[in-house]
Amino acid sequence: MIEPVLLEVSVVVLGIFLLMAEAFGLKEKKTLASWAIGGLVAVFIATFLIGPNAPGFEASGFYVMDGLALFFKRFLILSTILVLVMSVDYLPIVQRLVPGEKPGAGSGEFFILPVFTCAGLMWMASATDFIMIFCALELVTISFYIQVAYMRRSMSCLEAGTKYLILGALSTGFLVYGITWIFGTTGETNLAAIRIALSEVPIANHPGILFGLALILVALGFKIAAAPFQFWAPDVYQGAPTPVTAYLAVASKAAGFLVLIRVLEPFFSVPTFQNKIFLVLVLLAALTLIFGNLAAIPQTNFKRLLGYSSIAHAGYLLVGLAAIGDAFAGRAVVFYLAGYLLMTFLAFLILVPVTKAAGGDDISNFNGLARRAPGLALAMLIGAASLAGVPFTVGFFGKFFIFEVALNQGLYLLVLIGVVTVASGFYYYFKVIRAMYWQPAPEDSTPVVVSKASSLAIYTLAALILILGVYPQLLIGILP
Amino acid sequence: MSTVSPLLFLILVPLVAAVLVMLGGKSRTVSIFASALNLVLFLVLAARFNGSEAGFQFVSSFPIVPQLGINFILGADGLSLMMLFLSTAVTLAAVAVARPPVENDRWFYVSLLLISAGVIGAFASVDVFLFYMFHELALIPTFLLIGIWGSGDRQAAAWKATVYLATGSFVLLLGLVGLYLIQPLGERSFDLRHILQLAEAGRIPDNPIVYLLLLFGFGTLVSLFPFHTWAPQAYASAPAPAAMLHAGVLKKFGLYGLIRIAAPVFPESIQALLPLLLVLIAGNILYVGYVTIAQRKLDTMLGYSSVMHMGYIFLGFAALNVVSLTGASLMLLSHGLTVALLFALCGEIRERTGTLEFSELGGIARATPRLGLAFGFAAMASVGLPGFIGFASELMVFFGSFVGEPTQMRAQTGAATEVFKFTSIQIATIFAVWGIVISAIYMLRAYRRIFMGPLPERWSRLSDLAGLPRVAAVLLIGVMLFFGFFPQLLVNLVTPALFQP
Repeated sequence: MIEPVLLEVSVVVLGIFLLMAEAFGLKEKKTLASWAIGGLVAVFIATFLIGPNAPGFEASGFYVMDGLALFFKRFLILSTILVLVMSVDYLPIVQRLVPGEKPGAGSGEFFILPVFTCAGLMWMASATDFIMIFCALELVTISFYIQVAYMRRSMSCLEAGTKYLILGALSTGFLVYGITWIFGTTGETNLAAIRIALSEVPIANHPGILFGLALILVALGFKIAAAPFQFWAPDVYQGAPTPVTAYLAVASKAAGFLVLIRVLEPFFSVPTFQNKIFLVLVLLAALTLIFGNLAAIPQTNFKRLLGYSSIAHAGYLLVGLAAIGDAFAGRAVVFYLAGYLLMTFLAFLILVPVTKAAGGDDISNFNGLARRAPGLALAMLIGAASLAGVPFTVGFFGKFFIFEVALNQGLYLLVLIGVVTVASGFYYYFKVIRAMYWQPAPEDSTPVVVSKASSLAIYTLAALILILGVYPQLLIGILP
Repeated sequence: MSTVSPLLFLILVPLVAAVLVMLGGKSRTVSIFASALNLVLFLVLAARFNGSEAGFQFVSSFPIVPQLGINFILGADGLSLMMLFLSTAVTLAAVAVARPPVENDRWFYVSLLLISAGVIGAFASVDVFLFYMFHELALIPTFLLIGIWGSGDRQAAAWKATVYLATGSFVLLLGLVGLYLIQPLGERSFDLRHILQLAEAGRIPDNPIVYLLLLFGFGTLVSLFPFHTWAPQAYASAPAPAAMLHAGVLKKFGLYGLIRIAAPVFPESIQALLPLLLVLIAGNILYVGYVTIAQRKLDTMLGYSSVMHMGYIFLGFAALNVVSLTGASLMLLSHGLTVALLFALCGEIRERTGTLEFSELGGIARATPRLGLAFGFAAMASVGLPGFIGFASELMVFFGSFVGEPTQMRAQTGAATEVFKFTSIQIATIFAVWGIVISAIYMLRAYRRIFMGPLPERWSRLSDLAGLPRVAAVLLIGVMLFFGFFPQLLVNLVTPALFQP
């Protein structure tokens, strides 16, 4: 039996070990990556062996290890592994765009930083105290600042880094300020204690609590890229190195949603707050759905398209959160997130070799992929179909469950908006399919090379999307 | 359940064939063999089908999402058996007339086989959710077929069709979820048998909003006026086998769903919203009918005519009585066969002449007598000449609708509004009968423009219908004539299925 907290500790130790190894002699970057992947796989296996927390530790109440936390930890470790697999493929582009005395210098951290981010994300999954949430979030965000701006010779990458830094710092400010208001009005930072305190605070303090909560919602809205706090997402997604974009789009967003669920939970238990939070969630969901989907329509750059699409998916997830009163809603949201991981990583994993072969990440770079690499094109077809929500893919069931709980909770307007936006989703995701299958390949196209690890990941993800699209019970059965 | 439904094999045969083709089997041979095998398999099943027994047969069930009552239930009653026949027969014909394209012929056949698996799965599903899912499975290959191997402005056509159909499907999905949620708590299920039992017992409220969602969801898929504009363009651009499968079979899914689900569950809403539906039907038959007359190309004309004929089936559905619903169901089969044959022949003509403009064609029956004869049969069947199955079904729809009194289902209240001693549905029927004249005008005119008159020099050496396409045409004509003379066979099969869940 392993104590749960050792999981994060071992990830941090793994990161430090890799840093040392890189500093003292290990020059082969791919070995570094495979060590990182191997270490994370070991931690992943360890998640199946953990026992309960020590009683004293549990009582302190800032770190919980419930089913939700465990599921998300596995989720986050898996996404970090996928990011590292993708990074290996992406390495040549990074090395070209990082200034160094020798070729390849300064690219070791590209594999090590995600490990630290992973530790931060895992802490976020267990955090139930505002202080803990803040620290974990900062570990994640600061390591992301470096990763987003990693390719220092690329102007768009630097621009993305600056944007992410400034807006991220701003959102951190909102978060801290919000936490102080909550602390000031309730005298607690622990979520469980806040739940108890909320029923006792005088009514006069309620506006203060709501103000603090609103500030926290703004900060978390940044993290999950919900409208109207989504402005950073498209630029940052487009400029950042592709593996980092995928990481931001999946892991950072998923952890943000988990924190959002945890933070909102105590406030939902008080009727006076419930209605207001519900209204805010509905508004956020509606705005996010409309903005994400409509703005995605005219995009021609694939990464930017995925940026907007990730905003759109946040909208569907928020619909699920707004319907949280339904018994199935929690599982619907988690199911959607799991499906989102599969399809988004699939799209990014395919994008990397295509970018290397075609020299850009526009949709037009996918032209004629069906003839150049039929296997990849088929996998991308499955991924795009799933993102759009075509039946027999996991994306369809994700949307279906969300709509089902929303209808059950009487959120007719949101569902109506959802359906209209799904239709626009079909339009922009199918643009990729059209490019792959209908457009002729460019004359000077180079062959698309995929590494073994990547292709293993690609075909596994594609197969999982189909299997869960036919038999979702496999996943529902293991949901917390 | 322990037993495996034999219907599963009907779905698996095209799927396995698709995999074989993908793995490198001879695409055309494998596809034809698989479709023929499927038709034979179906006939064996049909022979084992017990017509005197009510309800679904060959049932097997497997839970998919037990929390939401979604199960993979296969089963067939008279109505679905008829639709399965349509699916397997048209698939065989479509594969037989398919011309392997120059490049990517493998994917071409894989797409056709996937459409076939999708429609067979849809018609063999007893679970409403799976019914929906299988239909969607067939949509993506259709999109690819039109977009890659189509003609004319194929990309715009495929695009438009996809966006329309995807939106329609999601509206439909909402309707189905609504249908699930209005069931009493604790007994909710997507199982059609269960839903019909609840409806029979009066435990499902007759909710007009859910009905409207279903009507417009299914309606968009069947090109109900004014959501029909995707259809003519898509059919005109689609390669012949894709148009055959979509117009002939896949599109029937929507009306099948309405007859199957909406008619027994929402009879009162259908009555209450009848005026709206009748106006749309009039649009389908008269407006689209006149638009059809104005067409100058055979492919778009056929596209519009198939939209127009949907109006009759909607009329049979709207009248809600035994005769009209049976007629509407029969028409699903008759129109499917007819339009498949028409699109097949249209493809053959395009293959030979490279054009479908009426102004450029003419007199080619002299060079290709068999093609002309087959087209003549198809045109007559489409107009509804006695002797073809189309006649029997149209007659039943008109008689049923003119009687205008909804029978059975649940207790009915309130009759349709009367004008000049005619109820509104009778007036709609009168308009619909005028539609026959319209379709006779455009069909005969197309026949005259293409096949009659002096034979231009450039068309004098066209080759006649031969080989597998000829077999396919003969097969379809034979079936139409057979059921045209013995429609009672189908009536006996379909009527009990309509009224006994």
